[in-house]
Amino acid sequence: MSTNTRLARSPDGGRATPSLENAGIWAVLLKYLGLAALNAMALIIIYAFLDDDNLGLAIVIIVITVFANVVTFVPRLYPIRWMAPGLMLVILFVVYPVLYTIVTAFSNYGDSHILTKSQAIELIERRQFVPDTAQSYSWDLYQNEAGDYGLWLDGDDSDGNRVVAFAIMGEPIQEVETDNEEPPELYEGFRLLTVGEQAQAMVQLQNAIFGTGEDTAAIANRRQAARPLVQQYVFDEERNAFLDQETGSYYLANDKTGFFVLEGGTSSDRLIPGYRVGVGLSNFQRLYEDRTLLTPLIDVFLWTIVFAILSVITTFGFGLFMALVLDHPFIPFPKIWRSIIFIPYAIPGVISILVWRALLNQNLGLITNTLFELTGYRIPWFTDPWHAKSAIILVNLWLGYPYMMLVCSGALKAIPSELYEAASVDGAEAWQSFWRITLPMLLVSVGPLLIASFTYNFNNYLLIEVLAEGNPPIPGTSTPAGYTDILISYTYNLAFGSNQGADYGYAAAITIVIFTIVALITLFNYRYVARWERVGESV
Amino acid sequence: MLRDGKGSVKVSSNLSKKASTKKAIPDHSRSGIVIERRARVIGTTWRMIVILLGCFFALLPIVFVVSSSINPAGTLATQSLLPRGVENLSDMTTNFEELMFDPQSLELLPFWRWIVNSFIVAGVSTVLTLFITMLSAYSFSRFRFYGRRTLLLSLLLLQAFPNLLAMVAIFLILLEIGRLATAIPEAIPFLSFIDWSFMELLGLNALGGLIMVYVGGGLGLNTWLMKGFFDTIPRDIDESAKVDGASNWEIFWLLIFPLVRPIVAVIGVLTFIFTFNEFVLARIMLRDTINWTLMVGLYNFISAEFNRDWGLFAAGALVSGVPVVILYLSLQDQIVSGLTAGSVKG
Repeated sequence: MSTNTRLARSPDGGRATPSLENAGIWAVLLKYLGLAALNAMALIIIYAFLDDDNLGLAIVIIVITVFANVVTFVPRLYPIRWMAPGLMLVILFVVYPVLYTIVTAFSNYGDSHILTKSQAIELIERRQFVPDTAQSYSWDLYQNEAGDYGLWLDGDDSDGNRVVAFAIMGEPIQEVETDNEEPPELYEGFRLLTVGEQAQAMVQLQNAIFGTGEDTAAIANRRQAARPLVQQYVFDEERNAFLDQETGSYYLANDKTGFFVLEGGTSSDRLIPGYRVGVGLSNFQRLYEDRTLLTPLIDVFLWTIVFAILSVITTFGFGLFMALVLDHPFIPFPKIWRSIIFIPYAIPGVISILVWRALLNQNLGLITNTLFELTGYRIPWFTDPWHAKSAIILVNLWLGYPYMMLVCSGALKAIPSELYEAASVDGAEAWQSFWRITLPMLLVSVGPLLIASFTYNFNNYLLIEVLAEGNPPIPGTSTPAGYTDILISYTYNLAFGSNQGADYGYAAAITIVIFTIVALITLFNYRYVARWERVGESV
Repeated sequence: MLRDGKGSVKVSSNLSKKASTKKAIPDHSRSGIVIERRARVIGTTWRMIVILLGCFFALLPIVFVVSSSINPAGTLATQSLLPRGVENLSDMTTNFEELMFDPQSLELLPFWRWIVNSFIVAGVSTVLTLFITMLSAYSFSRFRFYGRRTLLLSLLLLQAFPNLLAMVAIFLILLEIGRLATAIPEAIPFLSFIDWSFMELLGLNALGGLIMVYVGGGLGLNTWLMKGFFDTIPRDIDESAKVDGASNWEIFWLLIFPLVRPIVAVIGVLTFIFTFNEFVLARIMLRDTINWTLMVGLYNFISAEFNRDWGLFAAGALVSGVPVVILYLSLQDQIVSGLTAGSVKG
């Protein structure tokens, strides 16, 4: 063995623990250079994140960097050093998202509460209104090659003198000296838009503010523009409220709901956007208090359990059946049949689910049409709840049974034949030895896989989403839910897919419920495996 | 009837198989050889019928795709189980030609680009996953340290967190990483001599970001799987090497790695196929057509206009599915052993 010569050269059988006695100087140098480069990069990124007001991510990067350094320099952590690259990725892409989700579950984070309070204040402070003192101008719109708009203003100031000016967003307004009554076709690279173009552009520019600082202008209506505008809401730190300069009333910050609400008004008189606040357990309370949320949630939850259990039973049952059928000495070419039946497993999941969706298509699907010709009944696969559910189980059976078949045929071979001989000597019937020997023995070895399959299907978003998209919808719910939605697809739509506004806080609360369930099952599975397989020594 | 037969005949034959070598079945030896042969013929016949039905079930969608792909009319309405509308040989390749060589179609749906993207994503993810998990698994398998069990179990439990629902956070992470391309030169002007735009490759709507999500998200399970295989190699081997003065790295690289190489190859193939076929995360992360992976691209063939592009989809499905199926079938036995240990899918 070539390794022996290599090993024999090591100095005096030195101990190969933490230190780097055996490594060459270059290895040491490489290690420290690598670490230095990593640290430099991390510092740059941390600084950039902090500069961008991105505290959360900056902290994560700090944690990761400190972790890498500590692991490198503390000899006791030598075993962890091997895992450092993996753990760094896990911290960034698993641990941080999990913590983030947990924090979100206790907040009102969602479409109308995206920003932090200071971001919301900054945004609201940018709003301006047209005060009584503003002058009105006639206007024309220009556009340059980059697509930026320019506003040509022509009017009289308070003394009756003619003022002509050109305004671009975010830049000071320039006064223009001209005697012409008409605006020029071209002005400093900007082209005068035609009447039609102006009318179109006006729609998007309704709230746009031209100019910067104190001197700003905006389009007021089809003929007139106003200048200068005044900041509408001024934040008053002491009162923790916005003063509306136009009306003189205050909008008080309500740090429980995350809105600025009009003093003396109802709770719906508020400024949009709101901001993010902690809401304690209220997302979890909504889980069981709000009727319109609760009813679909229970339906979805029950179907998730039923779907996951049925998936395991059908795939395992059919897979075992096929394995037993194939397990016979006189069947020709067993390997070929096994390979053919294995094919569904090898095809990319999306593709097969899409093909099934086409086969079951209500009007054009091959299976639907064939069954219609045979029976005269057109199966409403995805408009009737029960048919939709059976379609999902059927397709999942097709996707999953090849795997179960292969696993079972492997496990069947491992059952000692003495058991069957002993049973037949004792006069056991065939079905008896199946129930008393085959099944129990099989469950010992395949059991953990069945549980893993259960948790996989519990979160089988791909199948539900691509095959049926959760359809048909459950009527009368306040959140979009379908009869075939499982928890993960329901929650996903709640957070990302809905038209009624995303509600990350509530979605995160459900996510934590899902996580708890799956984690408990995983834990159970782990104990189960440990007990049966006696991995005690190695785990 | 079939149900009755299933329960009894199956197991009796199971018995006969196991016992016939020793000729110890009391029933059959009493009844004589003729009856036994008849039973055997009946048993084999109904088994073959069941097997053929099973094959039909397994192949039905596949035959449908094959016939769709060679059917020159591309709509779903015109499809049947056996190809229709094929009058000459060139008809059969209509869809494939449009998919792969028609410049107009390629501009809209860059099929080759998707294939390249898929290979990049799957290839890089696989290499990174193997490298990182092997190091972690070696440590978990070979060292005994405080908190080892807790760490192992936490990795497993973290895996139970649905990746898809942590999407807001993952989305924001990638968004911010991508924005570093402009944020760094802004924050630290004297570093702007470096072209930071490579950060965009690691951000949202980029293959690098997707790869990081794949690798990071799958580490827990893969480490467990790999550790299981490392555990099967007796520790005496490295003990004796240690006595000879080998460093841990030498033990890992020169002793353990060659021994686990076959199973590492299997895990590699599985990871490759898994990431190659992954669709849900890829669809969320990749927005531009040019960045799509094959699965996202194929999905979009028919999601928009389900009816019209069915032929193209079928051709694409066939082109992308066949290599994977061949790979799977040729490695069937190894893959099953890998899957049984880790239950990656199913």
